[in-house]
Amino acid sequence: MKVEHSYWHLFVAVYRKDVTLAFRQRAEIVNPLLFFLIVISLFPLAIGPEPALLGRMAAGIIWVAALLSTMLGLDKLFRDDYADGSLEQMIASPYPVSLSVLAKVAAHWTITGLPMVLMAPLFALLMNLDSQALGATILTLLIGTPLLSFIGAIGAALTVGLQKGGILMSLLVLPLYIPVLIFATSAIDTASMSVAYGGQLAILGAMLAVAIVTAPIAISSALRVSVS
Amino acid sequence: MWKWLHPYAKAERAYKLCNTLLPYFVTVTAVCIAVGWIWGLAFAPADYQQKDSYRIIFIHVPSAILSMGAYSSMAIAAIVALVWQLRNAELAVIAIAPVGAAMTAIALITGAAWGKPMWGAWWVWDARLTSELILLFLYFGVLSLYHAFEDKKSGGRAACILAIVGVINLPIIHFSVEWWNTLHQGSTITKFDTSAIDSSMLWPLLINILGFAAFVGALSLVRLKNEILQVEKHRPWVRQLVSRG
Repeated sequence: MKVEHSYWHLFVAVYRKDVTLAFRQRAEIVNPLLFFLIVISLFPLAIGPEPALLGRMAAGIIWVAALLSTMLGLDKLFRDDYADGSLEQMIASPYPVSLSVLAKVAAHWTITGLPMVLMAPLFALLMNLDSQALGATILTLLIGTPLLSFIGAIGAALTVGLQKGGILMSLLVLPLYIPVLIFATSAIDTASMSVAYGGQLAILGAMLAVAIVTAPIAISSALRVSVS
Repeated sequence: MWKWLHPYAKAERAYKLCNTLLPYFVTVTAVCIAVGWIWGLAFAPADYQQKDSYRIIFIHVPSAILSMGAYSSMAIAAIVALVWQLRNAELAVIAIAPVGAAMTAIALITGAAWGKPMWGAWWVWDARLTSELILLFLYFGVLSLYHAFEDKKSGGRAACILAIVGVINLPIIHFSVEWWNTLHQGSTITKFDTSAIDSSMLWPLLINILGFAAFVGALSLVRLKNEILQVEKHRPWVRQLVSRG
């Protein structure tokens, strides 16, 4: 049987493998979402249930919760592959490592980022976010969460070889998340004042474009260090 | 350039280069900081509005400039280390990182001490302060990543990658927080021809900046020497050095 080998096939194969594995263990998809929900429900308990106050803070709270729940899945992104040796195979294979890494990050976003985008209207309702800001919240999450996956994957790749990499990874990754957080929340704030927020979205999109090009290179060289 | 640079890939040559450079850096540090502090803290005229408390700029501004300068030199060393696979450049990254972190901490602490009487608060979530704080986090990230690896060789390379990723992110962080919230004053000394600062204060400040730069260089050189000795401790030249001294 002739086997078709192309970059596209590699991408699809790695992507499909990761998504299938996640769907076999549904907890992996559900747990970050539950975490997201619980973190959000902590805020009204802590700061008080006044709708006006919550509506003012909703954008920030949703985004901080999104940052934290992306972190949950990151630790597992390369760890299983590292443990069973498929990461070494990935590096030893004749295909570019950055391509398989791109597929893995895409799969990670499908598993953790996309459900958060889909659930965003519900959270916005819970937090009394006004309808003008809702569209901005969904759009910023849609552009911002892949960015979080890319930046986080760099941290995950750097720490995958370490015994207790989890906490260290959050230490490395969270400072790098700050620009995403600032632009996303500023877009939502501007939107709730009924002003055009295209500028912030454009900057987020530009950052995502740069990340798609450069992050896989950084991730694959980090993986090479971790595996060696 | 390669021909000129290549001998310094050897640890022994790099160590000797550190030894020859160190006295110059120490002299510049001692002279400039002594002159700059005495001039700045005792003889420069007091500000008409802030009185004597403005004098903290003679420590705050140089350390803030050097906190960023140290990060850029660390990132350049990291790029050199990854591109040309120079082990000494990796060691330089590790040597510079704690010095830069200390400079960042000094800038933050002196800024807080000045902010309390002037702004009425120790800490304000202003653009410059926030990006300086994130810079401190980046330094901590590089250091803790290096120390988390048991194999220092891969630890050094991982730290290099993180330093480079951080330097891409640094301008983004800087500008994002700049547009987000600002209270810190703009810089006054970069526009040299029509400097917004009086020359009686500018000169001690410039001398202090030079002194701090030499200080950072000297500390990094001492740390780099130690790192080289640590890594090369089984080599004959190190044994010779130890038995001689």
